[in-house]
Amino acid sequence: MKQNRIKTRYLVNFAALIVLFAVVVGMGMLGGNTMKLKIAPSVWQCSYLIIMAASLNLVLGFLGQLSLGHCGFMAVGAYAAALISLAFQRAGFYTEKAGAAFFLVLLISIAAAGVSAALLGLLVGIPALRLKGDYLAIITLGFGMIIVNVINNLPFCGQQGLSQGSASSALYASGLGFSNDEKMQYLWVAGLAVILCMTCMFMFVRSKYGRAIRAIRDNEIAASASGINVSYYKVLTFTISAFFAGITGALYACCNAALATSSFSFTNGSILNSVFIVVMVVVGGMGSLTGSVIAAVVLFLLNYTIKNGAWVSALPAFLQNVFTYPMLVYSIALIIVIMFRPRGIMGSREFALCDIPQWPGRIKAYFTSRAAGKAARKEGKSHG
Amino acid sequence: MITFIQFLITGLRLGSVYALIALGYTMVYGIIKLINFAHGDFIMVGGYTLFFTIPIMMNLGVPGWLAVVPAVVICACVGMLVELLAYRPVRKTGNNLTCLITAIAMSFVLENLAQAIPAIGPDPKVPYTLFAKTYSIGGVAVSQATIITVAVSAIIMVALYLFTQKARVGCAMRCVSEDKEAATLMGINVNHTIIVTFGIGAGLAAVAALMYIAQYPKVYTTMGATLGIYAFVAAVLGGIGSLPGAMLGGLLIGIVQSGANTYISSSMSDTFVYLILIVVLMIRPAGILGKNVGEKV
Repeated sequence: MKQNRIKTRYLVNFAALIVLFAVVVGMGMLGGNTMKLKIAPSVWQCSYLIIMAASLNLVLGFLGQLSLGHCGFMAVGAYAAALISLAFQRAGFYTEKAGAAFFLVLLISIAAAGVSAALLGLLVGIPALRLKGDYLAIITLGFGMIIVNVINNLPFCGQQGLSQGSASSALYASGLGFSNDEKMQYLWVAGLAVILCMTCMFMFVRSKYGRAIRAIRDNEIAASASGINVSYYKVLTFTISAFFAGITGALYACCNAALATSSFSFTNGSILNSVFIVVMVVVGGMGSLTGSVIAAVVLFLLNYTIKNGAWVSALPAFLQNVFTYPMLVYSIALIIVIMFRPRGIMGSREFALCDIPQWPGRIKAYFTSRAAGKAARKEGKSHG
Repeated sequence: MITFIQFLITGLRLGSVYALIALGYTMVYGIIKLINFAHGDFIMVGGYTLFFTIPIMMNLGVPGWLAVVPAVVICACVGMLVELLAYRPVRKTGNNLTCLITAIAMSFVLENLAQAIPAIGPDPKVPYTLFAKTYSIGGVAVSQATIITVAVSAIIMVALYLFTQKARVGCAMRCVSEDKEAATLMGINVNHTIIVTFGIGAGLAAVAALMYIAQYPKVYTTMGATLGIYAFVAAVLGGIGSLPGAMLGGLLIGIVQSGANTYISSSMSDTFVYLILIVVLMIRPAGILGKNVGEKV
């Protein structure tokens, strides 16, 4: 009976993923200017934000350690992908962004981005994870800044790339850097990357490794007393998380013609920075991968409509002024979420299609238990 | 030789400012075990208050540096408000991690709120330059600002140390940082003590702002972010929770930074600051002067 239910769940999820993938592929085949100029770039951006948030959730939500330099790994991945594809392009391996040769290069650069970020994650993780809590947060912040600072000072990462030009904070040449047409053409790559990465992460947190790291989050001492090799699992999770961050870097390099290190810093004006990724994870739910996905998409849409939407100009002048600084809105929202739901909106629950039929019952149960709690408190007060 | 002395002096001056800020970090961390990321932004609040009050003071005919008094008051109020409105409610429901995230969010709130105020706006402003005189001692240029910065931070450091050792409130602070429950049992009002700590820490940030804008006459809304991070690094380096440690860490960071600027490359100075932090944390996780406290099971 139970075995059957699990099987149905797998089948439903699998079907849903296929439908999702088909939708993305279909979107790529559609024409039209709105599609090309607005929707396709948005899907690309969403794709890397989703993987980014989910990969940080592995460390922040499941392992319970705050890493503030996550965008540093993304920067490494982005630069690795851009430079490797550039090397292939300059070597004449491919001339236009189509065909089997280019696709091979695309695969190689995505893999290289993930591996280079993972190696760096290992390098950073081994010393950094000896510390915990606040110190780890600071040291990852430091590493994130060092990564950006070093990239700024490497001659082959600046100007025209591969030692053409001097060290600089921006790289203007990239072998990837899709145009809007190419973004449409390769939209399915973004969709597939999200689906594959999310599946891998789900499998990871559901495996014995996932159980071990959740045990570490809940009580490190008890976990180590139960025979879990705490430092091994910490470094492993950190490396895996860095690997996925590196892959998002490659997607970022596909999306943007030029790379600038300022886009990967601790804070900046745009939506992509280490702090904003933390906001996504916390709002979505620390320990809920589906929560991260939903939060990433919702916050992206919110940010997009604040910048381009009509509803902002319909607001009173004072509120409009506030919305010119969206970070203010997000951070206040973050504080409010943390005050009322310390583990995020979804907590550690996962969204599952098969659970939808049970929702009415659950919502009812929630309100009854709340009412019961209130009544109990009232009674307690009147007695006290 | 002159370059060497010059770099030492610059480092000392920078370091004294970092030390002043680091004192605030260290006091708050010592008492509630929270990295107050918003502390850097208290400097920004202080900087803008000075920007607006120095001209008022000059018009009234009193010396411009007296503007530090309203700056300290406003900063202290902002510090206490942040604790009351954000940190205290979160401390009740959450754990260390959620408090830390709140602190980061609070820092963004302050930065962006300042930008949303029309009188401040996103563009940098140039405040009136104080202590602009420069003395030349044997070929080495020493500005008045340098002497005042070093002297003031040394005096404040000593005063603060005496305050925590001798004064009633100071003793209460040390008690709360050692054991909150026991302090409550001894009749110490813990929340009151925490608020006072935030007030003092933020007030010190205002003094640091005065010293900072005397060196670099420019105020902008994100000025606190980088300054705050350096100061925090200084506090961790010296041993967080220890007042002399904060002073030592601040001076060290200042000297390293000015050394890297002078002898290596100004674009790499950040890297050196963080490298030192990482190396120290690897060897002595509790910092140079910090006490290593084992975890209770």
